[in-house]
Amino acid sequence: MTTASTDSTPTVRTAPVETQRWRLSETMQTLLLLLPSIVALAVFVYVFISFTFWVSLSNWRTLRVDLSLREPLFATYGELFAMARWQADLRNTFVFTVFFIAFAVTLGLTLAVMLDRHLAGHHIFRNIFLFPYALSFVVTGVVWRWIFNPETGLNLLFDLLGVNYLLAQIGAGPLRPGWITDPTVVAQVNGILAAVLPGAESWQVRWGIPLAMIPVAIAATWQLSGFVMALYLGGMATISDEVREAARIDGASEFQIYHRVIIPMLRPVTISVVVILLHVSLKIFDLVYTMAGVGPGFATDVPAIFVFEQMFKATRYNLGSAAAIIMLVLVALVIVPYLASTLKEES
Amino acid sequence: MTTASLARKRRRPRWGSYAVWFVLFCMAIVFLMPVYVMIANGLKDAQSVSLQRMWLPPSQLSGANGFVGAWERLSPNLMNSLSMVIPATVLSSLIGAINGYLFAKWRFRGSDIIFTLMLFGFFIPYQSILLPLVRTLQIIGLYGTLPGLVLVHVIYGIPITTLIFRNYFANVPTELLDAARVDGAGVITTFIRVMLPLSIPAFVVVGIFQFTNIWNDFLFGVTVVPNPARQPVTIALNNLSGTFSVEWNVVMAGAVVAALPTAILYILLGRFFIRGILAGSVKG
Repeated sequence: MTTASTDSTPTVRTAPVETQRWRLSETMQTLLLLLPSIVALAVFVYVFISFTFWVSLSNWRTLRVDLSLREPLFATYGELFAMARWQADLRNTFVFTVFFIAFAVTLGLTLAVMLDRHLAGHHIFRNIFLFPYALSFVVTGVVWRWIFNPETGLNLLFDLLGVNYLLAQIGAGPLRPGWITDPTVVAQVNGILAAVLPGAESWQVRWGIPLAMIPVAIAATWQLSGFVMALYLGGMATISDEVREAARIDGASEFQIYHRVIIPMLRPVTISVVVILLHVSLKIFDLVYTMAGVGPGFATDVPAIFVFEQMFKATRYNLGSAAAIIMLVLVALVIVPYLASTLKEES
Repeated sequence: MTTASLARKRRRPRWGSYAVWFVLFCMAIVFLMPVYVMIANGLKDAQSVSLQRMWLPPSQLSGANGFVGAWERLSPNLMNSLSMVIPATVLSSLIGAINGYLFAKWRFRGSDIIFTLMLFGFFIPYQSILLPLVRTLQIIGLYGTLPGLVLVHVIYGIPITTLIFRNYFANVPTELLDAARVDGAGVITTFIRVMLPLSIPAFVVVGIFQFTNIWNDFLFGVTVVPNPARQPVTIALNNLSGTFSVEWNVVMAGAVVAALPTAILYILLGRFFIRGILAGSVKG
């Protein structure tokens, strides 16, 4: 192994043949050590995904395994997208994603900016805001299910705080939303979609905002805005005081310093935050499942619950697999460009 | 700059600070509200828990509060979770340490692409692998067992533990490795003699990250282990929450019990927890 020291600085290549031999053997060692992980992930990720894709094209729709391919090949996907429930799931995911990301990024960034001033007790505040991130989505779902129960929780708090008394004084009705039990879909755009998109008039689902999805987005925001805050605080810590000082000397107000200087500098953090939250929201399962279930008229159903129920309750394996593949494609559309850009940056 | 404007500059942040502090304080109360709901209602007994009194503290502490019932129902599952999470965390951290070291310090042609392909496994929706996963576990006889669940968490934990260790080891000076190589140390010896002693902080970060992730998992637990007696605590809590015969003071106490291990870890080691978040989400 004595010759190995010469190739530690690749610029000095006194004995190229020997150097190459040593490099190869060390690369071989590296590969051998990595092999178990590479094989495990190749099988458990890529082979398994291929299998699921095959099932999505197959006739396997009962307990009896049937891997013969269906005719026509993508028939199950056609069946899936024609289902009112699946259409509702796509709508719900879209609505949830928009509300959740808007809430969590706004709140997380606001908290980070406020904590960045290092006021008395800012460590305690930070730890309180981040605390929900340490909890399971199941715990969050179980608790928020009661907070958004129309019979108690927030509605009771409205009574206790006198909100409904005040509303009665001005002649308005009491504030008693149905929260997660509300089947209403507001801001319906079916008419507009039908005018713009060919084939949209055959959609069975009411496109709009299912109100029951908003409490779920609020619970998810409670859990993850501290995470957003932590990422932004981490980014702000890397910006030197000189940058702020320079902006201050130029006459910028505290608001302008953040609005014009710091937040634009944190663009990479914002991209990471949005990508991570986006993939969380596309995959969201435990929180919705424990908090609201599929909801009235599938008002809170999401693709992950759909897959779970088709595969493990209804044993409609090809349908569940097709839905799972669509989920994967949606996540990959977000994650692959992100990973590719990180890879390019590093090399 | 005139003295007047200097004075104004100094005064404005002060008033602003009080306002900001007040907003932070109110936000903290909002953030703690669900925690209060869990604990206050968990402490009530079956007679005094009612929907109308959700926001009131327990009137008296009786020996029959929700925690007694929750502990009775959930402690076996709590043990299941512990006996699954600890080996899974240790194993996935060790594998991640070796992989991270290799990817950081023994780069070869295509190693970055292999690493990125591995990392993709962290982001996939697990729904897309569940069916073959369950079939595979059935074939190798690990379906429905905690060792099976450990295997699943170790394998799907490899991408993220590898990532965190890789980023950590990338900051270890290569000169340290070179010195070991002059002494004739190989790939593995260098790892054990040079890198391992340096990697305690990384192990703490990864350990907390994985413990929290695996403890909080729901999907793998509910699909790989169908037998309620063997299920981890998160699944048992969900079952408890859906049982109509169970009073909700028991459910609230159950939520506290299921959250306690990760909550304690967070309170004791919050600093490392934050480092784990930063290491696990921002690359490079």
